[in-house]
Amino acid sequence: MNTLHATFTRALDLHHGRVDLGFGAGGRAMAQLVAELFARAFANDYLARGDDGAVLPAPAPGERLVVSTDGHVVSPLFFPGGDIGSLSVHGTVNDLAVMGARPLYLTAGFILEEGFPLAELARIVDSMAAAARTAGVLVVAGDTKVVERGKGDGVFITTAGVGALPAGRDPGGARARPGDAVLVSGGIGEHGMAILAQREALAFESTIVSDSAPLNGLVEALYGAVPAAAIRVLRDPTRGGLATTLNEIAAQSGVGIELEEGTIPVAAPVRAACELLGLDPLYVANEGKLVAVCTAEAADALLAALRAHPLGAQAACIGAVTADPQRFVQIRTGFGGRRMVDWLAGEQLPRIC
Amino acid sequence: MKYIDEFRDGRLAAGLARAIAREAAPGRDYAFMEFCGGHTHAIARYAVTDLLPPTVRMIHGPGCPVCVLPIGRIDMAIRLALARPDVIVCTYGDCLRVPASGGLSLLKARARGADVRMVYSPADALALAVREPAREVVFFAIGFETTTPPTALVLHAAAAQRLDNFSVLCNHVLTPAAIAAILESPEVRELGTVALDGFVGPAHVSTVIGSRPYERFAAAHRKPVVIAGFEPLDVIQAIRMLIRQVNDGRAEVENEFTRAVTRDGNRKAQALVADTFESRPSFEWRGLGAVADSALRLRPAFARWDAERKFALDDRPVPDHKACACGAILRGVRTPTDCKLFATACTPETPMGACMVSSEGACAAHYTYGRFRAAAQRTD
Repeated sequence: MNTLHATFTRALDLHHGRVDLGFGAGGRAMAQLVAELFARAFANDYLARGDDGAVLPAPAPGERLVVSTDGHVVSPLFFPGGDIGSLSVHGTVNDLAVMGARPLYLTAGFILEEGFPLAELARIVDSMAAAARTAGVLVVAGDTKVVERGKGDGVFITTAGVGALPAGRDPGGARARPGDAVLVSGGIGEHGMAILAQREALAFESTIVSDSAPLNGLVEALYGAVPAAAIRVLRDPTRGGLATTLNEIAAQSGVGIELEEGTIPVAAPVRAACELLGLDPLYVANEGKLVAVCTAEAADALLAALRAHPLGAQAACIGAVTADPQRFVQIRTGFGGRRMVDWLAGEQLPRIC
Repeated sequence: MKYIDEFRDGRLAAGLARAIAREAAPGRDYAFMEFCGGHTHAIARYAVTDLLPPTVRMIHGPGCPVCVLPIGRIDMAIRLALARPDVIVCTYGDCLRVPASGGLSLLKARARGADVRMVYSPADALALAVREPAREVVFFAIGFETTTPPTALVLHAAAAQRLDNFSVLCNHVLTPAAIAAILESPEVRELGTVALDGFVGPAHVSTVIGSRPYERFAAAHRKPVVIAGFEPLDVIQAIRMLIRQVNDGRAEVENEFTRAVTRDGNRKAQALVADTFESRPSFEWRGLGAVADSALRLRPAFARWDAERKFALDDRPVPDHKACACGAILRGVRTPTDCKLFATACTPETPMGACMVSSEGACAAHYTYGRFRAAAQRTD
């Protein structure tokens, strides 16, 4: 990197500068952006080599590779509890983690809009780097493109991730069986409501903070608590919320799921905001929660493991898997009745009354 | 949450359910219509019917403003937004997906280049007009008596500020007229009618108009009305009050929602609405057809802010799908599962008729929350 630095006569103005088309043109300007922003923030030997790809060590014998990718187009770019940078790390780290894998490496593709302030880009990249450090992953390769003003929304980030899956772990959406327990690691709907409140400038009495966080530590705690085979399914209920995730699992496994409404953790401000807007927290996005389906025998140990972790303090057992050829997710309401929790139809929109 | 949790208490509900089971006279059936979509939603979401004896049947009425909005009115907004790039159409979130002609909706029109935006209140639309003086901001106003005063307020604000780039496309409708139409319209002879024993009246509407407008109606049709809140305990309490009236042979207007509804309602809001709007001689309701004196339009004094006049918009009625049974479902003559289109051609993703359009419609509520019952019956 030092040799690269020597080729730039003046440092990038990361305080007042703006993204211009040259940053995506493949020439000196792009090299400087990579060196002075991305390589500095993500500093690691793989990236520092500046080659077209990263040469990575093979996983340990018996381990398998897990690969995942995710595009991030969140608006606004900065929100209470995070920003597009940290979110882009958590999104892919969590996709790997809920596959049972230990996330190791990420790649990052940036699509920048001409005119975007470099100071904001630096904030995003620094936040991304901090999130990667916390999650224990390295950003080892990247790409930058710049689109003309008006053709983007500031910044889009795509991350791909590689993780190592230890032998014996094999969680999958199709593995839920009747009698299994359904656990969730904490209060639902926090990310979606934080974004909505910020995007629509809704002034609620208390600020709702996104739950965006890396789940790999929590997943390791789960695998440390019970034999791997007892963990049937792990999922992070992002877009579409808990309801969509459970419907996916029910469909993949060919089972039903029955929830107890009173056991599902929802923070009071999220409930209140959802109530006000006519939204159902079951369908609101999360970025730092996981759903675990496990054998009934393992439920208590897993719940204890979740609760012992800072990200799982509010964890709860919310229901059980049932035999149901219709693959319906149902809920016993606190009111004493029973209803379906269906797939979301289109986007959840606030109701008029 | 205070003021909410206490109205969702399962133990209180069980107690009320036992009281209803005791009071429901043996050997007779009760059929009550909850007029409002908010009640339909509460009944479905909290599975209130699970707590009722089989002799008490709830019929979902036409009280969802999104559902009853006719195709022609949405077409009107879409035509305007597509034809005039300077126009921004603003409306409430759940209006955006309502299907219009040609496979369009306001959301789909947006994908074709129309500037359509979701707002949380008419005040947001007004603020947008202030921010964008070079654009025409049209607020697509819908709703019953509850949402009418806020629309009236922004019209007064626009007039006071001489804000000429703001206008309202008014689709506000009236509750008592629709209830009367269910019992009196010519279609009743054609579709038949279900013997309704009473109505659960919408609380939010009555916070504005009071309970008094229903008194004449209750007396003329000999139908009890209980104004009820939207929490599940409100609804079940209202059902108990209706059963008592029926048992006593009374047909009165009672108020379960005393925490916000009075007999006379909010007179200030009523005066504001009367000052701003006048009755339309006739207005088409999706699923119900043309209903006399059932909707509002802007008074001539507000003509400058009336989108229909300003942009010379013409109302081209569009018939509902022929196989759609919404008209009969909204009158309680048929249930969602009686309709040939239900859960086949007509789903929440591809709604064909009024009752499937919004989550508060009878068919959407049954599809989303209650489909498992029919499936369970089939497997039994």
